[in-house]
Amino acid sequence: MLLQQLLNGIVVGGVYALFAVGFNLVFGVQRLLNLAHGAVFMTGAFVAYYTVVNGGPLILGFLLAILASGALSMLIEIVCFRRLRKSGDAEFGAIISSMGASLVIMTIWQWISKTQVLRFPFDTMPVVIYRFWGLRVSLLQLVMMGCAILIVLVMGYFIYRTPFGRRVRAVTDNERASMLMGINPNRIYNLTYFISGALAGAAGVLVGLAFNNINFTMGEPYLLYGFVIIILGGLGSIPGALLASLIFGMLQTLTIAYLPSGLTTAFIFSVLFVILLVMPNGLMGREGAGSLGRRR
Amino acid sequence: MLEVSDLQVRYSGIQALRGVSLNVGAGEVVALIGPNGAGKSTLVNAVSGLVKPAAGRILMEGRDLAAMDPWAVSKSGVIQVPEGRQVFPQLNVLENLQLGETALQGRPPAGGLEDVYDLFPVLKERSAQLAGSLSGGQQQMLAIGRALMGAPRFLLLDEPSLGLAPVVIAQVFAALRKLKSRGMTILLIEQNVRLALDLADRAYILDQGKIVLSGTSQELAADASVVAHYLGVMSE
Repeated sequence: MLLQQLLNGIVVGGVYALFAVGFNLVFGVQRLLNLAHGAVFMTGAFVAYYTVVNGGPLILGFLLAILASGALSMLIEIVCFRRLRKSGDAEFGAIISSMGASLVIMTIWQWISKTQVLRFPFDTMPVVIYRFWGLRVSLLQLVMMGCAILIVLVMGYFIYRTPFGRRVRAVTDNERASMLMGINPNRIYNLTYFISGALAGAAGVLVGLAFNNINFTMGEPYLLYGFVIIILGGLGSIPGALLASLIFGMLQTLTIAYLPSGLTTAFIFSVLFVILLVMPNGLMGREGAGSLGRRR
Repeated sequence: MLEVSDLQVRYSGIQALRGVSLNVGAGEVVALIGPNGAGKSTLVNAVSGLVKPAAGRILMEGRDLAAMDPWAVSKSGVIQVPEGRQVFPQLNVLENLQLGETALQGRPPAGGLEDVYDLFPVLKERSAQLAGSLSGGQQQMLAIGRALMGAPRFLLLDEPSLGLAPVVIAQVFAALRKLKSRGMTILLIEQNVRLALDLADRAYILDQGKIVLSGTSQELAADASVVAHYLGVMSE
């Protein structure tokens, strides 16, 4: 039973990782919180849903969701953040403008979905259960885990082993110096926001499939979880977001399984509180990583 | 090669440069000296495209750099080694150097990695170390090496001696002398006037946003007012 819960926790944590790694990636690069990240996540689920109900295969829906969410995230940066960043005082402005973007996107999907809770047609994802060592794993869970592992590995390779990733890290470290080296930071921003959005979109499709519940507010709790995870993992740290996602996913499934339901959230936030008391920068964060002033 | 004419820069009402004109010929090392706040860094940042001038022109072989973005300026071969080194602390030494190649974009590399390691052997020893963990002198060498990876045709050096111990300054300037002997065109910003005049062919003295004096290094070193104003203060 415990082992089963841990397994479920890893699956849930993997989906959180898709959401939070992208959230933290753009925070690391621009020191800005994209509060529309939950709306981007939701967009992924909607795009996949409408592809499937219009006769497309799920895999096509998944791909379109990734592309649409990536493009939307890129657009959010251009519209909401780029000009603000030029003003030099974007920290709070970005919170407001991305909150606005989030509301706009939510309203659009609310209007399109006519405020209905949407469900994928039965059998969109075949219900197959595998059993081994007394554990039950569904095909969907395997796909979720597989996607999370694959995407995180590809991301890690991309960021730490390719010239493009090197440029992303350089812009993260020092935007001004990177411009002097011939890097156009706007291109880096376009791509990091695209990746961030694509990851969130993938998470949205997986969550939509797992709970078979797609609605225009589905991004909100994930935005809150995303916050908790990036603070727990360390602001701007990709490995930190990964680790914190797994911990958070496991904590959540374990508390749901073993504690009275009213205590789940209280327990999770108490653990977060204690960890932050001991490690104020999060599990893998650097001191001062959250401040904009670091760069000057 | 580089021709700056009547350059004016304002920062929110404050005039940092009040009509500066200077030129640097191919293969020349020219120093720009002057007290703190004279506008020296403003001038190199205007050349690099980081600061947009209110008036005046910055012509590099006929192209106006003032109209270009900073990354385009460095891709054209005008590369700055910024004040305070500004290496990428979370990248290792090798990655910092590889990053310098971004500025190449189609232009052939100069000496590449081997040449930089030859100039600064310590960088080779530390190639896997994070740049943030290097000493100030090593970071300065890395910042220069990083710029060289982009095969600069024109090198802007902003205060390469700042905050370094005398023995390290000697090492850095020995490397700069080597670059000069290879015919590298350099605009050097330096507060240490003796060092600057020692390396440069010519120099301009900038004070309160204006060029107050210019000439060959020998002329300036022999000028009584320069000695009194700048060398006197700077003598150790």
